[in-house]
Amino acid sequence: MASATLAAAPARLPRAVPRWVWALPPVAVLGLVFLYPLALVVQQSVRPDTGGTSLKPYADVFASEAFREALVTTVWLALGSTVGCLVLGFALALVIAFVPFPGARAVSRFIDVFLSFPSFLITLALLFVYGAKGMANGIWTDATGAAEGPFQFLTTPWGVLLAEITYFTPFVLRPLLAAFSQLDTAQLEVASSLGAKPARIVRRVILPEALPALAAGGSLVLVMCLNEFGIVLFTGAKGVTTLPTLVYGKAILESDYPAACVVAVVNIAISVGLYGLYRVVSRRAGA
Amino acid sequence: MLVHSRGGRWAAWALFAVLFLPLFALPLLVILAASFSAHWSGAFPSGLTTGHYAAATRGESLQALTTSLVTAVTASLLALAAGTWAALAAASLKQGPRWSRFAGRVLDTLFVLPVAVPSVVVGLAVLVAFSEPPMLLNGTRWIVVLAHAVLVTAFAHQSVSAALARLDPAYEQAAASLGARPSYVLWKVKLPLLLPSLSAAAGLCFALSMGELSATMMLYPPDWTPLPVRIYAATDRGSTFTGAAVAVVLMAATLLVLLAVSRVRTRASYR
Repeated sequence: MASATLAAAPARLPRAVPRWVWALPPVAVLGLVFLYPLALVVQQSVRPDTGGTSLKPYADVFASEAFREALVTTVWLALGSTVGCLVLGFALALVIAFVPFPGARAVSRFIDVFLSFPSFLITLALLFVYGAKGMANGIWTDATGAAEGPFQFLTTPWGVLLAEITYFTPFVLRPLLAAFSQLDTAQLEVASSLGAKPARIVRRVILPEALPALAAGGSLVLVMCLNEFGIVLFTGAKGVTTLPTLVYGKAILESDYPAACVVAVVNIAISVGLYGLYRVVSRRAGA
Repeated sequence: MLVHSRGGRWAAWALFAVLFLPLFALPLLVILAASFSAHWSGAFPSGLTTGHYAAATRGESLQALTTSLVTAVTASLLALAAGTWAALAAASLKQGPRWSRFAGRVLDTLFVLPVAVPSVVVGLAVLVAFSEPPMLLNGTRWIVVLAHAVLVTAFAHQSVSAALARLDPAYEQAAASLGARPSYVLWKVKLPLLLPSLSAAAGLCFALSMGELSATMMLYPPDWTPLPVRIYAATDRGSTFTGAAVAVVLMAATLLVLLAVSRVRTRASYR
């Protein structure tokens, strides 16, 4: 009876359209608003203002000091922030997961809330804390009577680094806490009853378990740091230029679209390549 | 328990407090404090005032708030529609023969691509593509909404397709075996089951769009200034206290909407 119904159902209701047709509308929309614009950026990057098609914009941009400086700054800021986030995130996650304290759950909640705020708020806050007239310098000048405080790093790359580590550490913390919650604490008890010191337990038991989550979180943070714009813009440092701010500067401030498109293509290549790596790593890690 | 001695535990907690409080709690507290204070030229802010909020909730700032809300809601709805449709189409393709499974994976990859492309570049691309006829959107509010929708679609798609992968196929098979049409199965079985993750995706998209600055800076027309641009403009010309008040308004609006969305989600998952 049941099989008769099953067999009859498709006959009575023939599939009007094959299922690939349903995939066409979203692809068409995405193509129009995202893929076609990206293709235009690549096309414009080989069209210098002088007309014709050539690689001259690439040669010009690669030869410019500003671009090379921005590339180096972007890469070292991203690598530095990623390392900082990994170390800090690992340390904080260890305490939250394995040395629990009252309020640890509130901390995890707070981290979720933190993640839903935009990044530039951190730089805005740092202006009040470490800015020229901020809290830290205020305490210093009140205490010593000096005219200027010692904290003048905010408009240098170090200010960007501090803001990026602050903002992106939760992105490492979350996968780590998820991984730690699945770790069998009996392993830790056994290791410790056999006489292993906490440092050894962390190195030999916890760290191997955390590696996939660290890899996945770290590569995500690396991509996001490479593409960070708000933090660098809010820092307001003329000396700190990264690839995204260079794209903005060339396009909006200088109206030099071919050069902006060249920088954009370089930025896409680095970022998409790394994101592909992240997908591979996180799929392996099962995250 | 990793550390057994009482002293060691206190040491770990002290280290945690020393790292966590100044780095994560202090920034938000500082913004809140600054938004209520008239001066800040010493260790602590002075002169309690609500004047910045008066400035932050009228005129251009109020307009920026409605701009941000309208943009975020519209972009989230567009992104949810496109992302859900794509996730459903990809999931259905993955049940077919080999070429069709491959096509499903390609569709998934295409829809996560916007996450990997820097948002400044998405802004530039949209600017380049929609600045000339026949698709002249530059200078209108639609270009901002469109860019936001593109940027958040990937997140909507990711969370819906993750939920689809966890969905028990028994429900739709049972419905189909009872003779329900595919459209009926979609409306009455699949989408209700997906409602919790759809609302979670909506919250995520909304929060991301509310805080979007990079693509917006490339695109916004003078009469459509969202809150983040407004905060930047205030900070850039030196009125950081007004910037802080507008930032608190932004955070409060985001949190309120997220709270409402999570209540919808709880109700949906208990149904």
